[in-house]
Amino acid sequence: MTYKTFSVDIDADGIALLTIDLPDASMNVWNGALIAEFTKWVDDFTTSDTVKGAVITSGKKSGFLAGADLTMLGGAKASSTKEAFDQAFALNALLRKMETGGQSAKDLSSGKASAKPVACALNGLALGGGLELALACHYRVVADHPKIQLGMPEVMVGLLPGGGGTQRTPRLIGLQNAAMMIIQGKALDPASAKAQGLVHEVVPAADLIANAKAWVKANPKVTAPWDKKDFKFPGGAGAMDPRAVQLFVGLNAMAHKESKGNFDAIKAILSCLYEGSILPFDTALRVESKYFTKLLSGSQAKNMIRTLFINKQAAEKGAGRPAGVPPVEIKKVGVLGGGLMGSGITHVTVKGGMDVVVLDRSLEDANKAVDYSRKIIDKAVSRGKMTKEAGDAFMARITPTDNYDDLKDVDLIIEAVFERPDVKADVIKKAEAVIGPDVVFASNTSTLPITGLAKNSSRPELFVGLHFFSPVEKMPLLEIIPGALTGDRALAAAFDYNAKIKKTPIVVKDVRGFFTNRVFPPYMGEAMKLVTEGVKPALIENAAKSLGMPIGPLALLDETTLQLGYDVMQSTKKELGDAYQPSGTEDFMELMVVTLGRKGRRFGSGFYDYDAKGERLSLWQGMSEHYPLAEEQPSVEEVKQRLLYIQLIATAQCFEEEVVKDPQSADLGAIFGWGFAPYTGGPMSYIDTVGLENFVRTADNLAQRFGHRFAPPKSFREMADKGETLYKTVA
Amino acid sequence: MTEAYIYDAVRSPRGKGRPDGALHEITPIDLAAQVLAAIRDRNGLSGEEIEDVAFGCVSPVGEQGAVITRTAVLAAGYPHTTSGIQVNRFCGSGLEASNIAAAKVKSGECDLAIGGGIESMSRVPMGSDGGAWPIDPRSAIANYFIPQGISADLIATRYGYSRDDVDAYAVESQKRAGRAWAEKRFARSILPIKDVIGEVVLDHDELMRPQTDMQSLGALAPAFQMMGTMMPGFDDIAIMRYPDVEKINHVHHAGNSSGIVDGSAAVLIGTKEAGEKYGLKARARIVSMASIGSEPAIMLTGPEFAAQKALARAGMDKGDIDVWELNEAFASVVLRFMEAMNVDHSDINVNGGAIAMGHPLGATGAMILGTVLDELERSGKSTALTTLCIGAGMGTATIIERVN
Repeated sequence: MTYKTFSVDIDADGIALLTIDLPDASMNVWNGALIAEFTKWVDDFTTSDTVKGAVITSGKKSGFLAGADLTMLGGAKASSTKEAFDQAFALNALLRKMETGGQSAKDLSSGKASAKPVACALNGLALGGGLELALACHYRVVADHPKIQLGMPEVMVGLLPGGGGTQRTPRLIGLQNAAMMIIQGKALDPASAKAQGLVHEVVPAADLIANAKAWVKANPKVTAPWDKKDFKFPGGAGAMDPRAVQLFVGLNAMAHKESKGNFDAIKAILSCLYEGSILPFDTALRVESKYFTKLLSGSQAKNMIRTLFINKQAAEKGAGRPAGVPPVEIKKVGVLGGGLMGSGITHVTVKGGMDVVVLDRSLEDANKAVDYSRKIIDKAVSRGKMTKEAGDAFMARITPTDNYDDLKDVDLIIEAVFERPDVKADVIKKAEAVIGPDVVFASNTSTLPITGLAKNSSRPELFVGLHFFSPVEKMPLLEIIPGALTGDRALAAAFDYNAKIKKTPIVVKDVRGFFTNRVFPPYMGEAMKLVTEGVKPALIENAAKSLGMPIGPLALLDETTLQLGYDVMQSTKKELGDAYQPSGTEDFMELMVVTLGRKGRRFGSGFYDYDAKGERLSLWQGMSEHYPLAEEQPSVEEVKQRLLYIQLIATAQCFEEEVVKDPQSADLGAIFGWGFAPYTGGPMSYIDTVGLENFVRTADNLAQRFGHRFAPPKSFREMADKGETLYKTVA
Repeated sequence: MTEAYIYDAVRSPRGKGRPDGALHEITPIDLAAQVLAAIRDRNGLSGEEIEDVAFGCVSPVGEQGAVITRTAVLAAGYPHTTSGIQVNRFCGSGLEASNIAAAKVKSGECDLAIGGGIESMSRVPMGSDGGAWPIDPRSAIANYFIPQGISADLIATRYGYSRDDVDAYAVESQKRAGRAWAEKRFARSILPIKDVIGEVVLDHDELMRPQTDMQSLGALAPAFQMMGTMMPGFDDIAIMRYPDVEKINHVHHAGNSSGIVDGSAAVLIGTKEAGEKYGLKARARIVSMASIGSEPAIMLTGPEFAAQKALARAGMDKGDIDVWELNEAFASVVLRFMEAMNVDHSDINVNGGAIAMGHPLGATGAMILGTVLDELERSGKSTALTTLCIGAGMGTATIIERVN
């Protein structure tokens, strides 16, 4: 029998070596073909007289097996719940058959029957269904490479490990360790996996197969621990064991508060762990598949898979990169400006494997970027996350200078000087005078239009905008802004640079604020309006958090500082003159910044009071003297709706004006740019989920009650009338 | 409908619910049986007249399991014909059991029945019976489960009761309990508990600290701060449920919360005819009874709704009630009730409560029903409303009226 997705070699001892190696794939995943062939192999294996045992490994250098093919799951269709369950249960049934040798749990526990031994030789990462395959094997040997990841990240895309992961894991390492692993989706390295009891042996890669085979040979008849009569959960289980009771009380509370109750997957995982720990193993597997079926049929998993996995990966692989432009090789980058942004850009650029020349007016100023990285690297070294040698090598890649001549052999310029057109114009001219004729010049700006800046360039076709977010080393989004004259090569260079620093890139139109800064101010504005209406500030903050925003808008305003918002407002007013459209928060900003001097955390006070170290204490009680609390407070649902819809409407407007050209970019930008609730898959996914018609109706209603700012864009009304959706296909 | 009358009420003193508590060596069966025997014997009954006994018990597992009431009835030497049922409505169990006994009388099922309760918290610790509510993720998350102490602190936060407010309430409770004991106000109902050789092991409420003052309470650290703010951080869940709250003010501690104790109580309830037949003198009439459910996370504001329902059922308003008795689970519970119902502190818990004397979960409701009856007789007043806050947002209330 030959297979396409794996090879099988049987040695003289009758031990089969099954090497998974999906054709035309860089990584092994569970897809339809592998499941079908593996099912066949398990059938043959369990009934064969000559094959005594098996070792499963991977033929890929990239790892063992990286989980299920999410594009397959995202597109899965079932005509009935029963059919959906049968589909979901297929992998569980298959792995269980391998584990039991096709014997019944009753015969196994009484010792009447046993299974043939199957060991797993993990030569690389095993994630999700990959790790679940390993857990269904009777013995696990892992190569001793510390970078090998063993984990179940399904929760990140709104799913649970549906191949027995929620059942075998707690039975091996206890409910608490299992909960941490599955709910947080964090992977273990081989040593931690061994310490927790998830794997049996950690050996040099060269010994993997031999050790796995030796174990198989020495153990001709095996029974999984949970199929043995005397099996007990390590650390207790169920509804009566005080240890498990205490654990679940704590777990439920922690999961509830961390997720604000918004993530269906987290609840389902908890239920699988809890209910499964009370049930016999085979029933527990069925319950796991039922919860998996529920998640797969809900909107969260679909939206999260689409945005957080498929579209994120596509964007990172350069989906928006102009086709046909040869790769732009970038080894050395010139960063102009050693301020906060320049320092962050310097850091991520070196981290991405490039050398950086960082230039500022004085060597002292340029050295600020060196200090910035030094602080981060020293911390990593002191925590043992980086060797001293690696840290020194990292720092050696940064060259501070005040001399433009040092830029002559760079492959890319990223300018991050002060946000003033004249300052920018100056550095553009000076840099272009020394850099090579085809070197792309990128300007980091959050407010200034690129086309305008490009007028200072002698070669605007090589001029492109990059909008980094602060702190650069932490924020995952990069807005790439082609100006009117930006050519394909400049755009390609932006993508090729991004591929190295591994941000999530979206291409946005060259308009004031680009995309994220078009949506963020109205959202902040709505929070301020609520304050001025006399809504309790705590209610505003908690409503946003319960929506899934990582931090309340008032706390966020304190972080970005009200001063900044005030400055932007002043400069916009000045620039637009009569065309300026008041946002309605002008008086409030004036009061906070000018009259009261509560300008934000950095300045010691804002919406909150802070201690001398800048630690947030509590909401400023004096606000109600200026804006008395409304006698009748709105419901939290109403506040949530306003804070949500102001973001949806602004995003929709950007989509209508093609500031973002597709819903994918809008969703990625929202989640990774300003922390829009990730479980929704982003604002566009959210609108599709509630339905355009429903969205338009709700927005109309809000517009009627609270003002025109909530009015839905015209094109959205038209799409709703036609019964259309924003996303045309699954992805 | 038939009227139900209270003929007598007996209760054990409350022993510290710890291994060094005076009642720790008394089995829960024995504790309940002594109370059951006393209420039978001092009313000159043989036991045959009593058709059913309903006893509250909140941790009905181990030696409190397997319908402890029936086992206790047999241990008390009642005839085989007297039945028994164990009732669990968390902290309201004792009052609910009395209400069930009254309902059996009113409905015509029984002529004479006993309600009451038993909890030996030193022997069967609180929480021994587990339960899906906090541990099954589906119920814990859907109901925003938080422990009662956090709920009590949430009440204090929402209604603005400071640490001084709750401590002052606790000091007063201790003072009132001390006075009540000094003046022997509980003498009619307290049954000294004896060991197997007949020696009295406890004849007073063991937990009381009548000398408690603001200073001594001020030294106690808030009990629920750690679980609220650190592990696992229940405050966030309370705030998710009540999002107008910024921060929970942790004001409760062992000194202003109910104490953990052992105890048992019984209330003899019957028809008018049964009283006449057996030569019993009715002490009070059951006017109305009510139980309610309310939002389970804040959990402990149910008494006001239960009281309102009981008043409405009786066609009464709050002005018709002379004496109020609300179990002192936590100081903020009583402060909130007084504010919501506009009840004067001088009219509620006049002889102290669970903060001073303890809260034997399954028995408390029956104990305070007896306490308030004693007080009506002592003060010569007429009507009383007894109520308790109850886990998961419930509340139970009973209105009685003195008849002689």
